[in-house]
Amino acid sequence: MNLLIAAPALPLDEAGKYVAGAYIVFVVLLVVYVAIMAAKLGRIERELRDLAGFAESRKEAERANGQATPGREAEEVATDV
Amino acid sequence: MYGKGLRPLSIATVAMLALALSLVFFYAPLDADQGFIQKIFYIHVPLAIVALIGFIVGGIFAIAHLRTDDSRWDAYSYVSIHLSVIFGVAVLITGAIWAKASWGHWWVWDEPTLVSFLIVFLMYATYYPFRYAIEDRDRQARYASVFAIVAGAFVPLNFMAVRMAQSLVHPRTFATADGGLPGEMMLTFLVSLAAMALLWTTLVKFELAAKSASGQVKRLRRALDAPPSGPRSRIAPEVS
Repeated sequence: MNLLIAAPALPLDEAGKYVAGAYIVFVVLLVVYVAIMAAKLGRIERELRDLAGFAESRKEAERANGQATPGREAEEVATDV
Repeated sequence: MYGKGLRPLSIATVAMLALALSLVFFYAPLDADQGFIQKIFYIHVPLAIVALIGFIVGGIFAIAHLRTDDSRWDAYSYVSIHLSVIFGVAVLITGAIWAKASWGHWWVWDEPTLVSFLIVFLMYATYYPFRYAIEDRDRQARYASVFAIVAGAFVPLNFMAVRMAQSLVHPRTFATADGGLPGEMMLTFLVSLAAMALLWTTLVKFELAAKSASGQVKRLRRALDAPPSGPRSRIAPEVS
């Protein structure tokens, strides 16, 4: 343990590698996290687009069949809570 | 709701991180003992402090969840612990790099500060399997809250135990007989700490906003009775 306390400071050229390594690790972890979150948000955005398309196509189909009844969707949403 | 104020917070975080890095490399003097290697201190210690406080904050949110039975607090608790575990990974890696440069070893098993942080980290690493081993949502949230409270109480106790161990290897920086850090180093350290705290807060808000958006998409899909697969196969199945 005393040997560890007495460890001398590294010269700048060698210390620089370790300092750069520590800061790069931090940046890499941050970038990986942000990339994962961006992928998740991209998936949510795609799902929303699909759901919007689904809702529009269903509405159009109901209109075409003459079955569209006002307030029906609102009822469905209310019963799902 | 969770995304409110995220943009100014993100800008403040980036500005603070840039200021902290500038101070670390262009303002703070070189340490007389460790030289340039000591620059790791300004990232390693703030990360550790924020991670440990994040674990305690997760426990406080868990108390709020058990008191109110509001699932929002459970989400806060989960995200706080999740981000603190990620910060913990960064603490362990940057600490190992500093140890190698300073002591010539990546890890020292007889140093209480290192081992105690590893114990806290591993304890919180069990939070995920523990939580997701329970299928019922309400029980999952309740048991996870109990875990977060007990583990959160363990963090300060663990810290105090380490302080009492009186190790000479890990330097006591803020409360030494010599007076601790000099002014420039202390200022740099405090700015780095503020930058890390802001980063943690921003990421917590970011993750909460993403989770909230994901939950609302699921509710919308249920309301529309949209098939999870089939002709529109791009609609992802629900993830518990």
